[in-house]
Amino acid sequence: MQKSFLLYFLISLVGIILLGRLFQLQIVKGVAFDPVRNASIKIQYDYPERGYIYDRNGRLLVANQVSYDVMVQPNQVKVLDTIEFCKLLKIEKEGFIIRFKRAENYAPYLPSVFLKQLAKEDFAYLQEKLHKYNGFYIQKRIIRDYPINAAANVLGYIGEVNEEKARNSNDYEQGELEGKEGVERQYETLLRGVKGKKYFNRNRFNKVTGSYKNGLMDTLPESGKDLTLTIDIELQLYAQQLMNGKRGGIVAIEPSTGEILALVTSPSYDPNMLVGRDRSKNSTILMDPNNPEKPTYDRALLASYPPGSPFKMMNALIALQEKVITTETTFRCYGGYRYGNKANNFMKCHCGIFDSPIALKTAIARSCNSYFSNTYKKIIEKKRKPSQGLDNWNKHITSFGLGSYLGVDLPSGSPGMIPDGKYYDDLYKHRWSASTNISNAIGQGEIATTPIQLANFTAAIANRGFFYTPHVVKKIDLKPIKNPDFIIKKQTTVNSEYFEPVVEAMHEVFKTGTGRWSQVNGIEICGKTGTSENFVRINGYKQQLVDHSILVAFAPKENPKIALAVFVENGGYGSTIAAPITSLIIEKYLNGSISEENKHREKTILNMSLQDIYNLYKPKKQKIASRKE
Amino acid sequence: MRQEKNNIFAGIDWILVFFYVIFVGFGWLNIYATSKTDEDTQIFDFTTKYGKQLLWVGLSIPLIVFILFFNSKFYERYASIFYLIAIVLLLLLFPFGKEINGAKAWFNFGSMSLQPAEFVKAFTSLAIAKLLSDRQYNLKLVKNQIKAFIVVFFPAILIILQPDPGSALIYLSFFLVLNREGLTLNYIIFGVLSISLFILTILFGTEIMLIWLFSILTLIVIYLIFKGGKRLIRFNWHKILITYLMVGLFIYGTGFVYENVFKQHHRDRFEVLLGMKIDTKNIGYNSYQSELTISSGGFFGKGFLNGDITRGNFVPEQHTDYIFSTVGEEWGFLGSALVIIIFMLMIARIIYLSETHANKFGRIYGYGVASILFFHVTVNIGMVVGLLPTVGIPLPFFSYGGSSLWGFTILLFIFIRLDAHKNYDW
Repeated sequence: MQKSFLLYFLISLVGIILLGRLFQLQIVKGVAFDPVRNASIKIQYDYPERGYIYDRNGRLLVANQVSYDVMVQPNQVKVLDTIEFCKLLKIEKEGFIIRFKRAENYAPYLPSVFLKQLAKEDFAYLQEKLHKYNGFYIQKRIIRDYPINAAANVLGYIGEVNEEKARNSNDYEQGELEGKEGVERQYETLLRGVKGKKYFNRNRFNKVTGSYKNGLMDTLPESGKDLTLTIDIELQLYAQQLMNGKRGGIVAIEPSTGEILALVTSPSYDPNMLVGRDRSKNSTILMDPNNPEKPTYDRALLASYPPGSPFKMMNALIALQEKVITTETTFRCYGGYRYGNKANNFMKCHCGIFDSPIALKTAIARSCNSYFSNTYKKIIEKKRKPSQGLDNWNKHITSFGLGSYLGVDLPSGSPGMIPDGKYYDDLYKHRWSASTNISNAIGQGEIATTPIQLANFTAAIANRGFFYTPHVVKKIDLKPIKNPDFIIKKQTTVNSEYFEPVVEAMHEVFKTGTGRWSQVNGIEICGKTGTSENFVRINGYKQQLVDHSILVAFAPKENPKIALAVFVENGGYGSTIAAPITSLIIEKYLNGSISEENKHREKTILNMSLQDIYNLYKPKKQKIASRKE
Repeated sequence: MRQEKNNIFAGIDWILVFFYVIFVGFGWLNIYATSKTDEDTQIFDFTTKYGKQLLWVGLSIPLIVFILFFNSKFYERYASIFYLIAIVLLLLLFPFGKEINGAKAWFNFGSMSLQPAEFVKAFTSLAIAKLLSDRQYNLKLVKNQIKAFIVVFFPAILIILQPDPGSALIYLSFFLVLNREGLTLNYIIFGVLSISLFILTILFGTEIMLIWLFSILTLIVIYLIFKGGKRLIRFNWHKILITYLMVGLFIYGTGFVYENVFKQHHRDRFEVLLGMKIDTKNIGYNSYQSELTISSGGFFGKGFLNGDITRGNFVPEQHTDYIFSTVGEEWGFLGSALVIIIFMLMIARIIYLSETHANKFGRIYGYGVASILFFHVTVNIGMVVGLLPTVGIPLPFFSYGGSSLWGFTILLFIFIRLDAHKNYDW
């Protein structure tokens, strides 16, 4: 071997290693290298104004106000007179240390919020004093302002981005705000706009030495887009008032467009609670998981319960479409329906028509359980195997948007539950029949729906067979939305001719049936009341509670303008609370005001409180706690 | 044989000169980029770093002429004298040296200072070339090995005592020279093995290392028994035992030295380098900033005078030891890779030319030059790109500083002189 081999070998080896390392640093890492997140460049942000939000009639719902934060960049902070500084900011020394540590842990070379949302009078004073302290400065921010205390659940709120997101996203820096719930979150990118950036060079003493690349990379801010909601804030406010003292949700939809006119959850909160200095204090109260009122839980979108009697219309429609019944088909009721041989295999019925033939219209108007049990059985038994029959039943129901996320343009939702054949095959190991799950006939049992799903279902009936996916945004920067999800008609699997008898029957409900006490002169309301059984475990014992009250309705009968679902927790029979609420909302929306003859009804509802009932079911937490002591 | 011409530039290897000019010129541009401030307008301002460096660069032209002026025989004949002068200079530092950064490594003349260690490398190369070129000299003999070690390591020890262990580390490069002249490779292998074991022990801890090494040793022993039969065991069992014992002692010794002899700041450096600790502020700051600076250059670099991290002075010592990070930032992968390639070509060229020398003295000196440059480049760039620990030695021809520039100029041009003569002398 040549004697010079070793050195040649070493040279090549080291050369390759060094080139490899350069490749790794400059090409592999270099590509991902963000020239901006770098100590030698200072970025100054120019925040655009967040978009405003209006209701469908142009009333301002969400505006902006200015707020000031004290920011800190820990690696620039020099020794300072802590006591004087704390006095200036009106904080404790311990607080100073904690805040500073937190900022340092986040990233010493990135700015983070030191003190949030100064009072306006402090700002002017601090502005003059703060330049003495290196590494601290004041950042102007825009926060939300809500002129009307309503629809907090729809609007949502904005809050600081979490640290993880701020670190990994190019769009956010720590301390910046983003939409956290509701429309604010769903339409975050539109509302936010694009912030402008100005780049500066700086040296290691943090002195700005000039504009970076002569401003070549600087960008101008792009202001956020204004949103016009489909919500009618007058109606929303009125519905919220009607729900005072009651828990539940109301969803009102314009059937011809799918626009959500009102989306009420009760109890709710004032959106201004989540703005400003008291925000964190208020949010702990509002989001306390032990708070039984759950004010941030949107019942209109999330409360998933058996729908009860309104579901009978669904079964009627399916049966008509599948031609297992006609409008003339009759069944007899014997105070209930026997579905098995055992003594307790008997479903009671309150229709009050004993042993005489009942046809569809009467069955819906009087809510006859026996009729729909027979109908359901025929639907399921039409196919050879019950699971096939049930799958077919399921197909029709899901075409109404039940059993899945509807695709509403709000970030929360619940799919509810519509069982299919496989569900029961797994549950009963293939040994089941229509009688096994006969409660599906009357909307109890495994079925679960949310108020917004029911409202959409009602809208589909009002339209005689189609619906538009419900949505809350009508216009973006005054231009109507173009999202095909919301402007293309969705057809159900039931032919439109089968809707007419069902609509007639629903009309009958408000004429002679369970809703007859809540009629409005001059408005033809079609609806269906219902109750939903519910159980709760209190101190270890399963206990049946007062039924949830449910009502779906639309009006007027021809060319409907509003379809809605009302859901009142533990409201009892639908006719006592849900029906008057429905008729008041319909009257308010269609006539603009409540007529003199119905003022009494309005007053009764406004003053009605179910708080006594809710108090009964409060888990006795304190007692358990005190026992421990 | 041709007669030697009077022209001092005759026979010069222009390729090496070309590389030299590129490095010095490009090096100066980078020093300019690191030390220029926006207020500066004049290049010939000797109060600035780049102005001073320009002076040194200018003065190296007469220095080169002066070196080339002498006959190559002159360097061979007076090699010992140069070496003695170098030793005396190093010794004089102890009473007269000026302390900078904790080391008495500098002579101070008014506004100028001189670092003898930078020149001693060239003179030590001359001395070892002189010693080894003796026809009677056989490096297989331990006596001769010791002589060579003394010549090499005496200046190194003086430099360690300053204390400037980084600069002294370079003297290890002479092992490569000695190896070329017949020194067994075992020293180098042993050294590399020890360092590897040392690092692995720190990384994995003594117990795991012992388990691994003993398993590997046992596997080797089993293999040997199968291959050599029982005879091997009968004769070599003590050797095998001693191997086990030595390995065990070394590993435990490492653990002990690391925990008890090393100071915390040594341990921190090791742990940051080995990635056991992440540190971007204190010990790790230099490496972190330097890596970041190089990364930010990307493929094409940001362009001359456009390196914003360089302009912001974020990398400490960027004009001296960390000059390569400027290359990385402003000239990108293209520029920095080219610098590495040219360095490797230059060293290879020196080795290639050395091997053509009929004269042993020239060849050995050439090896000295190549090894020293190789070590400097490897350790310096290795440190700047974060592969090696922080050792404060300059990048040849690039780093700011008259002593360093002149030291390497002398080192290289004595070789060019010797090389120019190889065809004429005998």
